[in-house]
Order: sequence, then C-alpha cells, then structure tokens
Amino acid sequence: MSNPDFVIRGAKWQGEAMDLLVADGKIMEMRPTGGSIAEGVEKIPANGALLLPALTDAHVHLREPGFEWKEDIASGLLAAAHGGFANIMCMANTDPVNDEVSVTEMMLDKARLAWPDGPRLFPVAGLTKGLKGQQLTNLAEMHRAGCKAASNDGLPVHNTELFRNAVEYAANWGMVVIDHCEDPDMAPGAGVNEGELSSRLGLKGAPTAGEAIQVARDILLAQYLDTPIHVAHVSCRQAVEMLADAKRRGVPITAETCPHYLLLTEDAVEGYDTAAKVNPPLRTMDDVLAIRQALNEGVIDILVTDHAPHADHEKEVPFAEAPCGISGLDTALPLTMRMVDEGILDMETAIRAWCLRPAEIFGLPSCGFAAGDSADFVLYDPSASWEVRPELMRSKGKNTPFMGQTMPGRVNALFVGGRRIV
Amino acid sequence: MHWAHKDLLDVSDLSTGDVERIFEAADSFLEINRRPVKKVPTLKGRSVVLFFAEPSTRTKTSFDMAAKRLSADSFSLSKSMSSLTKGESLKDTVLTLQAMNPDAIVMRHGVSGAAQFIAERLNCSVINAGDGWHAHPTQALLDAVTLRRAWSGDFGGKTLLILGDIAHSRVARSNVNLLTRLGVNVRLCAPRTLLPPKVETWPVEVYSDLNKAVKDVDAVMCLRLQLERQQDGLLPSLREYSREYGLGKRHLLNAHGGAVVLHPGPINRGVEIASELADMGESLILDQVESGVATRMALLFLFLTRKDQGGERV
Repeated sequence: MSNPDFVIRGAKWQGEAMDLLVADGKIMEMRPTGGSIAEGVEKIPANGALLLPALTDAHVHLREPGFEWKEDIASGLLAAAHGGFANIMCMANTDPVNDEVSVTEMMLDKARLAWPDGPRLFPVAGLTKGLKGQQLTNLAEMHRAGCKAASNDGLPVHNTELFRNAVEYAANWGMVVIDHCEDPDMAPGAGVNEGELSSRLGLKGAPTAGEAIQVARDILLAQYLDTPIHVAHVSCRQAVEMLADAKRRGVPITAETCPHYLLLTEDAVEGYDTAAKVNPPLRTMDDVLAIRQALNEGVIDILVTDHAPHADHEKEVPFAEAPCGISGLDTALPLTMRMVDEGILDMETAIRAWCLRPAEIFGLPSCGFAAGDSADFVLYDPSASWEVRPELMRSKGKNTPFMGQTMPGRVNALFVGGRRIV
Repeated sequence: MHWAHKDLLDVSDLSTGDVERIFEAADSFLEINRRPVKKVPTLKGRSVVLFFAEPSTRTKTSFDMAAKRLSADSFSLSKSMSSLTKGESLKDTVLTLQAMNPDAIVMRHGVSGAAQFIAERLNCSVINAGDGWHAHPTQALLDAVTLRRAWSGDFGGKTLLILGDIAHSRVARSNVNLLTRLGVNVRLCAPRTLLPPKVETWPVEVYSDLNKAVKDVDAVMCLRLQLERQQDGLLPSLREYSREYGLGKRHLLNAHGGAVVLHPGPINRGVEIASELADMGESLILDQVESGVATRMALLFLFLTRKDQGGERV
C-alpha cells in the first residue's frame, strides 16, 4: 500500500480518537489514532476537534445573477465553506432565471474563478421557462451542463398536468424535481402561520392545510408515476404524517426541512420581527415536535438551509412588505450541533441528513469515510463558541433570527477533495 | 400625574387607569368643542405631523382639527405627496420627518405593524391612526367615549354586536380589546369567510346568523364592507351579503329597547346598513365623529405634554 498524502491525527469520531489517512484526494483509511505513519507524511493534529463528513446543502439561494447586493456566488461559497459545506445546490430564481445553459455555465464559471477547489456548486435548473409554469426548460441540456435537479422553488407549478410531465421528463436524465410545499394560491409569501397569532397581529396567514395539499399532490403523483419527487422545506405535522404514510407504502418521495423549523415556533415573529419571516412560515410547537420526530425517523430525509440572504434595508420594513428568508449557511452546523447537544437530534441522524442522504437523492459526490470516498470532511471545534454577530457572518445576508445567540462551536477546517479550503 | 407612554400603538398599551384619564380629558374637550370659541392655547408651539399613507377623510380631519383646537401646528403628508412614491423606504421617510423635530407623528398605514415599526425607530411620539388589519386605537377610544355617553358611563352588563368584515378590520380588533376590558359583552357576526382564524380564542361570542346575533343587544357597530371582498372570492355577491348581513330596522326589533347603532365610516348605504338606519335617532354615527375630535384632543394633550413635570390639568 502506498503512503497517504497526509493524516488527520486524533480527531474525535463517534466518541473515539481516530486518524484519517488521505491520498489522491480520497479517503484511504480511518483507524484508531496512534498507528505508525511513514516518515515524511504530513501529520495534521486535530487538537480535540470533532471529525465530521463535509455537509451538502441541497437548497440555497446565491442571488447571482441579478441580486448581487444580497449575495453573489463568491460570497455564498465563502459562507458555505466556513459553514462546513462541500456541495451546495443553488436555486434558479435569479435574474435572469437559470433556465438556459448559458446561465448555468456562467454560474459555474463564477464559482470556479472564486473557489477553484470547492465548495462544489450544482445549480438547480428552473423547471419551467422564467419559472412561469408554462413551458418546460431544456432539462437534458441543463443536466449535461451540471444541474442535478430542477425546481420552480417558490413559484410551484400550478398546472398539475404540466408538473406531471416535468417529473416524468426530468426522470429521463435522472434529474430529481424539487417541489415547494405550498399551494400557491393559499397566502403566497404570507410569512406567518395562520392562527391565533396572525389574527391578533392582523396579518394574512398561511395555513398548514395549504402545505399539506401540495405535499398530498406530490405523493399521489410520485406513487402514480413511480418516480421520485423531492418535497422542499416541510414545516408542519400534517405534511409529515402524510409523508410517513407514503414512505411506509413505498412511494418514492423524499423530503427536506431546515434548522429553523426544528428550533423556532411562530412566536418568533411576535412584534413583527421580519428576521423570522420565512416561507413556509414558522409553525406551532406541535409542528416543531412532529418535524423533529420525522427527521429522526427518516421520514424527512435531509436538512437544508434554504439560505435566503437579503440586504438589511430589505428586511428593515414593515412585516408584510419584507421578503421571506433566513440567511442560513453560517449557522447551520452550529445549530445542528446544538440540537445534538440538547438531544433533539442524534449525531447519526445529523450526518445522514446533512451528508449521506443528499448525495444519494441527488447523485452528488458521496461525503463519507469509506475508503475511496472523496476526502470531504470538517474539523469542528466544539470549544470555540461564538456569538452570532453581523461581522462574524461570511454571507452578505445578515438576516437571521439567531442574531445575538451563542453558537456552540465552529468549523476549524474544511477539506474538499483532499484540499484544505478553510 | 405623569403620562408614561411615548407611543400609542394599540389599546392594549393602555391600563384601565389610562383609559379613564383619556375619558376624563375627552369629556372636558367635548365641552370646549361646544363653546363658541373652541380654541385653547394648551399645545401652543408644539407640532404634529399627520402622515397618512392610506386615504382617510374623517380620521385625518379629526386629528387636524384636534391639533388646531389645542393651538398645535399640524402638518399633513400623504403617501402620494411623499417620497414613498419615489421608492424611498418608510424608515427613511419617517426619519426625515423626525429630523424636523415634530412632537408627534400620527400615522395611518396600510400594513399591519407599520406603527410599531416606526415607533421603534423614532424618538418622538407615534400615534397609530390605523395600521393594516391590526389596530385602530383612537377609533376604539372614541367609540368607547361615545358609548359611555350613551350609556351614562356604565359599560357593565351591556352587549355590543360588531357586524361585518371582522377578519380585515382593525376597528373590530381594537374595539374587542378595549370594550371587553371595560366590561362590555361583545358579539361578532359575519360569514365564516370574514371571521379571523381562531376567533374562538377571542373573548367574544361569535355568530354567523344576524337574527340570532342581534337578539337583546344594546348596540350594533356595523363595519364598512370593502367592495373588493367580492373579487377576493370571500363573498358571492354584494346583494347576497346585504340581504344576509346588512343591518335593517327589522333587526333592531329584536334588540333591547333604545339600542343604538354605530359605524366607523365611511358608510356604504344599503350594503352593510340600511340608509334609513344611518339617519335615525338611535344612530350615533355623527356622535362618534364629534367624540373623535375630543378624544384625539385628549390623546394629543396627554402624549405631547408627557415630558412636562406633572403634566397639565385641562
């Protein structure tokens, strides 16, 4: 056996101190620490850091082209790298929309120029031209250009026949269709859960039924077509109960949620706090508990940030006029580790949801520790707690309801393809 | 006694004692407003900006008259006259206004929470003259002043029906909040599509049948139906709405004798209220307008003199 290029020495993995041997950009071996290492091989001490597979975020908004003041591809990748992400998938609601190969190629060129060694960018193709829900995009071409999935995201395709065609057509190239889980007619962009709070604040709310109706449609179609559909950012009990039932019956449906749906309730928007305005909106504690259980049981497959950066002045307006979204790349991993510390998630679930399942669902590079896997991993220092402050966030978007909160650690290093990029 | 509040965003900001002070002050100003010479020098040298980002006739005129009768200088600004139409943000618009050192900004805005939004960013007093569907505290206070006069100061045991588009009404929200605290039994009546979600958590009785709702009430407050609710798909037709939920004289036969009728205006005659009812003796609609000026004088007096040691007596 040839020598490794370098060894991560004594990093904690599942409670044990391990050495990680890397050669030619791939994992060579992971073994208990202390074994002999050939002369001349670089040894990188972990200094008590946790070893984690690098994360994949299948749902981010990088805003370039068109909205670079909110985020651009370079700043988004910077935030992703410091957040521990080796792969990210960016949604198509840019201007112009990513519905042409030229836009996809421009995005990939920008990413390569800014971050030649990763994180890897996988643009999500717009499912329909201009996201208008009328004409399918050239999905084969866009797949060849680098898109692993297609979605209309926040503008879900209303025409069920067209959506069915999209799912079937995309499947020809192994592209998964991601569907925003809200009936588009039921309070689009409301940003607050329909209920006692929305009534008291005098805001139009979005009911959980609107989310569940869309999830039901997707389950029925996935079953009928026997073709995978991926449901975006699930937020309510009704939806997870239907997903659980569908999965028991073998329907090829997958789903995602975000850290904020696991940690926050609608009470976060009390006082018209626009930092907590997201779509779908934050729900009740009953919904939060259902989402947690669904994630731990694998009913919800993956975690995503739905990273939605906005400029300060865009959020500093009355609630109803504010855009939806939370800037999530900087805080995703620390929030996950907080949930692991608090027993909300177990570590195995966190790794499955951030690292393993996204790669399986979308056909991305595998982030694991088996010999031959790409050497994509994070050294996470649990002793380096930090307070979320605007100047410490790498994203241009400082819009987070977790501002001012203490995070329980930070990414010390990120390796992608065996190269240290943080 | 010192007035503790910087802003009036919602009636829930006010204690029962605060409300009593407003009532007492409003009574005094009502008397002044009936004198041949109605102007007093109480707020001479103070300035009030009336910033109405949504159309209004009576509320804006009422505040303007209230300010002028107290000798304050009032300045009006509408959305169409402001830089909001040039794309300026609400924050920048109100910071610009504040830099001119007014003592208070009275604001109406079409978005819920807009008054709180500016109050958190301004040092001067902010008085909410209606924000979206959320709150209209001065309307609720003037309605309470009106009912207090009609009921000789006794709210206890009285029953008020609020009829119409509750879901989208800041008037209904603020009146429910204030009048239930004063001891009034409040009923709501509307088709389900015009009731707010989770209305069962409000301290009210809810009806969808007007004939049942109106039984034995002491007052009915009709709300203006926004005609676009039909286009929103919340109603099949205005005709059907007016037949099922328009208040007519026959409904009042089931109410307590002497039951009174209120309406915050502007009225759609023949839609939410029969025209003859609006003009009858039991109608308090114009009394509300009169109370409105006095109530807003009371509020301007309390808020604009809040920094004065011990305040002033009316």
